[in-house]
Amino acid sequence: MANDNYVLEAREICKSFSGVKVLDHAGLTVLPGEVHALMGENGAGKSTLMKIIMGIYTKDSGSIVMNGQEVEFKGPSDALYAGISMIHQELSPIPEMTVAENIFLGREKRKIKGLPFMDRKAVNSSTMELLERYEMAEYIKPTMKMKTLNIAQIQMVEIIKAVSYDSKILIMDEPTSSLSDKESEVLFKIIENLRSQQVGIIYISHRMAEVFQISDRISVLRDGNFIGCVETESASHQKLINMMVGRELERGYPQNTAEKGEVVLELKDMCSEGVFENFNLSVRSGEILGLAGLVGAGRSEVMQALVGYDPLDSGEIYLEGEKIEIHHPSDAIKNHIIIASEDRKELGLVFGRSIRENVALQNLEQVSTASFLNKPLEKKLCNSYAKEMTIKMNSIEEDIGSLSGGNQQKAVLAKSLMSKPKVLIMDEPTRGIDVGAKSTIYNIMIDLAKQGIAIIMISSELPELIGMADRILVMSGGKIMGELTDKKEFSQHKILSMAFGGVLNES
Amino acid sequence: MNLNLNRQEFKSILPRFALVAVVLLIVGVMSFLSPVFMTSKNMTNIFRQISINGIIAVGMTFVILLGDIDLSVGAVVGVVSVVCGNLLEQGMNWFAVCLIALAVSIVFGVFNGTLVAYLNFQPFVATLATLTIGRGVALAYSDGRPYIINNPIFKAIGQGYVGKVPIPVIILLAVCVICYVILNYTTFGRYFFAVGGNKNAARLSGVKTKKVEMSAYIISAICACIVGLILSARISSGQPNAGDGYELDAIAAVAIGGTSMNGGVGSLTGTMLGFVMIGLLSNSMNLLNINSFYQQIVKGCLIIIAVYVDMKSKGDKK
Repeated sequence: MANDNYVLEAREICKSFSGVKVLDHAGLTVLPGEVHALMGENGAGKSTLMKIIMGIYTKDSGSIVMNGQEVEFKGPSDALYAGISMIHQELSPIPEMTVAENIFLGREKRKIKGLPFMDRKAVNSSTMELLERYEMAEYIKPTMKMKTLNIAQIQMVEIIKAVSYDSKILIMDEPTSSLSDKESEVLFKIIENLRSQQVGIIYISHRMAEVFQISDRISVLRDGNFIGCVETESASHQKLINMMVGRELERGYPQNTAEKGEVVLELKDMCSEGVFENFNLSVRSGEILGLAGLVGAGRSEVMQALVGYDPLDSGEIYLEGEKIEIHHPSDAIKNHIIIASEDRKELGLVFGRSIRENVALQNLEQVSTASFLNKPLEKKLCNSYAKEMTIKMNSIEEDIGSLSGGNQQKAVLAKSLMSKPKVLIMDEPTRGIDVGAKSTIYNIMIDLAKQGIAIIMISSELPELIGMADRILVMSGGKIMGELTDKKEFSQHKILSMAFGGVLNES
Repeated sequence: MNLNLNRQEFKSILPRFALVAVVLLIVGVMSFLSPVFMTSKNMTNIFRQISINGIIAVGMTFVILLGDIDLSVGAVVGVVSVVCGNLLEQGMNWFAVCLIALAVSIVFGVFNGTLVAYLNFQPFVATLATLTIGRGVALAYSDGRPYIINNPIFKAIGQGYVGKVPIPVIILLAVCVICYVILNYTTFGRYFFAVGGNKNAARLSGVKTKKVEMSAYIISAICACIVGLILSARISSGQPNAGDGYELDAIAAVAIGGTSMNGGVGSLTGTMLGFVMIGLLSNSMNLLNINSFYQQIVKGCLIIIAVYVDMKSKGDKK
């Protein structure tokens, strides 16, 4: 196991967030001049592991070893000076500055030592040297303003910035997610060049094809555990899928015994350019329809377009057999198509306002006469929905932001239920909440199904989806890749194959 | 746990409580220091002065609750003033003049609302432009000269009394009551808090956020129009420079009243306490013969202290 050649070794890393184990003795090794791909499902712990290596999170236990020396980073700048850089998914350049100024930000070369006059020439020529050395000079010039660059070019600047710190390790998190095929090819050439200069690269990606194209070794994480590391040459698509699946099925999901009725909602040929296309779906009353896919597959986007939050280019919506038009979320609410958003903070709730106001927000017409609020009625109704959802609170007047994640989620549900949904879209209904709250929410879902509500459940937790859904649609790259209709046929293996397969076909 | 909550509750009402206490303190101290202060004549005077800033501040509260700002109100006062002056000089009926003034101000409100809500201009920039345009319109319309207003009924809007109460004060009270009811007892009012607190969440909950934003600017412009009428009536003249700088006094009152410039949090009662306090303080300083230059320094410090107390009281939650 001991190999003195490793530039970086993460050993036995453990990390918990509020009692939930995210990393359980996970590890990773990187050789100089190697591209090491890191794969795993959503929530497998990849990003957390990278953030621990970068010193953004502190680890609970384990060690990080660089060139045989144990290191302890207090933050990303420590890691940077030690030779580890990360190219983030969201890049953050300063738009008005030039490429060279961005690269040397904070370490500008001075004309005269001690005086704040920047030596532009020196900065530009050092940048040019780097660009030539890493073969990017044909794509960017040191004097270009950052705001004129496209994403691929900005990424190159970030890479140059990293190597200008003499980075020995470069972490790339889904670097091709917003690049065209052509741009990706350029990136791969750059990666090839970095490799030849002995830079070790940790490459996180969901795209099977490119992982096989550029990596030397592939490590797989699952549920925070290190599953294994294989030589790319000896690996296969199937083998990797096998390593990624097999998250343990948690015990006992409640059974949806609700009677499936008529089709409540039918979507035909929904399209939104560049986001999703030809999306078709139908869901019956009492049914729980699961929507599976990797992050970025377009699941939330389709649903947000359905309720009128995001634009829809074309497509037809039928509610109980009748064609309806939805141009604004208020239209969806009028038609009792309700979404409980995954993003509680951004889309679900108004922090700083009370539980009462939040629950009532989309239901004010129920508690008002000619626009005048009936406050006692509002309080009574909101209280009864909050109690039904078993929200733990001191008073309904409490700031919603002061509740725990699970209770916030219950508040989102209380708000949704008060709108008397015919179709309830639950986007990641159990994200970031504890086990107890999860099972409460599962039971609530079954209750709702029994009341005849059609439920569309988006979840990245495969066991949960398999446990709860009556039928599963798998999306990838904005398209439906397949449908699983028989509960006995549900398997993580099948779902993941479809979810990854789509990406495979795309490239 | 319980004790903590009480402390938190106490802290959240502290700034409001502190404002009331300061207002009472000023009244108490001043009735000692100045024999004139508590006279009904002085009180009438104070509230007549307050009504100008107060009405604008009430309208401004709607805009600031959204996290926006309206710098154009002072210019709207100017435009309304010259339009009234000119039309009254030509002998038009006072009521028709008021309606035309109202229509003009709504045009300004819609203009601001369109720039901000539909064309995504930043509120500061959009209303700064409107401020500049508005003042230019007032000067161009009047060719820079004032109009003389002789219509006795119109003049009563600014100079008249009902019983012992000046009409501007009655208008202020009416505006406060109407806006308070709108903001706290209607669905429409509730939307201001939701949109200001989280525009995306409000939209996903079916709130027509652009319409709410548009109406905030219209309400603010209408309040400016009312002030334009009162002011012109009181000085018996249509002045192109009327209302210069009023936007800043109004913003000060809203800030002192604890409404966050980020939107979502605040109240009209806070704003009311804010402008009453500013009015009392400047009257007190006048009575004590404090130079008006120093008064400005005091007002500025007051804003800092009030907002600081407010921030501290909310700081614990985040």
